[in-house]
Amino acid sequence: MSRALNAIAAVGRGVFAACAITGRLTLFALSGLSHLVRPPFYGRMFAAALVEMAYFSLPVVALTAIFTGMVLALQSSTGLSRFSAESGIANLVVLSITRELGPVLAGLMVAGRVGAAMAAEIGTMRVTDQIDALRTLSTNPMKYLVAPRLLAGIVALPLLVLVADVLGVFGGFLIATVSLGFAPRIYLQNTMDFMQTQDVVSGLVKASVFGFLITLMGCYHGYNSRGGAQGVGAATTSAVVAASILILAFDYVLTELFFAR
Amino acid sequence: MSEAVPKLRLRGLRKRFGDKIVLDGIDLDVAPGTSMVVIGGSGSGKSVLLKCILGLLEPDAGVIEIDGRDILQLDGREREEARAHIGMLFQNAALFDSLPVWENVAFGLLARQHMSRPAAKARAVEVLAQVGLAASVGELRPAELSGGMQKRVGLARAIASQPDILFFDEPTTGLDPIMGAIIDGLIVDCVQRLGSTAVAITHDMASARRIGNRAAMINTGKIIWEGPAGELMDSGNPIVDQFTHGRREGPIQMELRR
Repeated sequence: MSRALNAIAAVGRGVFAACAITGRLTLFALSGLSHLVRPPFYGRMFAAALVEMAYFSLPVVALTAIFTGMVLALQSSTGLSRFSAESGIANLVVLSITRELGPVLAGLMVAGRVGAAMAAEIGTMRVTDQIDALRTLSTNPMKYLVAPRLLAGIVALPLLVLVADVLGVFGGFLIATVSLGFAPRIYLQNTMDFMQTQDVVSGLVKASVFGFLITLMGCYHGYNSRGGAQGVGAATTSAVVAASILILAFDYVLTELFFAR
Repeated sequence: MSEAVPKLRLRGLRKRFGDKIVLDGIDLDVAPGTSMVVIGGSGSGKSVLLKCILGLLEPDAGVIEIDGRDILQLDGREREEARAHIGMLFQNAALFDSLPVWENVAFGLLARQHMSRPAAKARAVEVLAQVGLAASVGELRPAELSGGMQKRVGLARAIASQPDILFFDEPTTGLDPIMGAIIDGLIVDCVQRLGSTAVAITHDMASARRIGNRAAMINTGKIIWEGPAGELMDSGNPIVDQFTHGRREGPIQMELRR
């Protein structure tokens, strides 16, 4: 009996803890977003975060996209050839890249690169009193550290995903024309015929949401880190893990919203 | 005859974390132009006291008056305005790693006073000179500086906007005795030049005597003694005497686990 009660109590504690974290995270996000529309604005901080997220993530996102497009073309060729439907390769590559793989893979790459760095930087600022120092200098840390990064995430990821879309399709095109013997003009024609504006737009909207989630997780876990180097390390891990899971969960939710009939 | 309004007045300040009572009704007055040193052992609540005054922690109860205004009763904007007249030197300097030294020093001027960047840089160079640092140091990053230089830059940042009140958290911790004396000397010079009121917390007795003209001791969350800093070593209070002379035996019992 007592074992059963202990188990129920443990579940209850878990539920309450989850509710508390969700509440704190929501308040943090709302506070960060509210500072986006209330002056003063820190344009230099936004620009620095945008360069860090968009420009310096370009190589890793580009490589991921191009290889994904190449693999996709190869694998779909193997599968579709069984039904003599190789002409569907271009369709499959462009839809997969623009709707799903572009935003999700770019999101995961940026979560690992930028989300971790963000959590480490803000976490170090927390444990070395730099955030307190900001407050003594009449500067709201949410406005100075969090809001510009959130905006940079919302803007940067769609830009990266646009590049990823182009390069992913190019990767598929490369394999289709060099290895699988497609005529370049026909492959491109198929790609353009199948691709719809909604495919690209839905991917960009997803990217914006993912960018927000990545920066939110990086900022939240960094801002609330405690206990020196170990705390900063834990915050970094939590930021990447939480952002990755949220990207996959929100990908499903957004796909339902965009494409469920 | 009416008494002058203290620059800083604390009454019944309380703060607890869970079951642990850290501040248990702190009463303290700091007159304008005074340098008050608050001494106390590790974990005695000195840093929490400072954080409550600075608005970094919210006290559970009590009054914190600056120039006669209870800052705990002010709304966010008014509190920010009150804080604009405060300068703070953190224990580890807390310089912003991502900014060059001059921007650290000029941070308040850029953020609070909306000074142009060239004017703020010129002022930063001027303040760096006041703490004995060359203009070229302004271009370095905080990570490139020694501990003593970081403290100087932290002091420069604290005084750059010419605050009415300066707070110092363990200003000599981690420094060798000579550098500690140099930093103390700079603090005294800056406070005198600005005509500011200063509050320093420390457990370095030499530093306390150099910086302060008044002193108070905090123990078990209360101010248990206050008097001239010159009387610190001979206060007549057994708790203060044990602490200032570093005696193992006495009324203060350290919690040690064997």
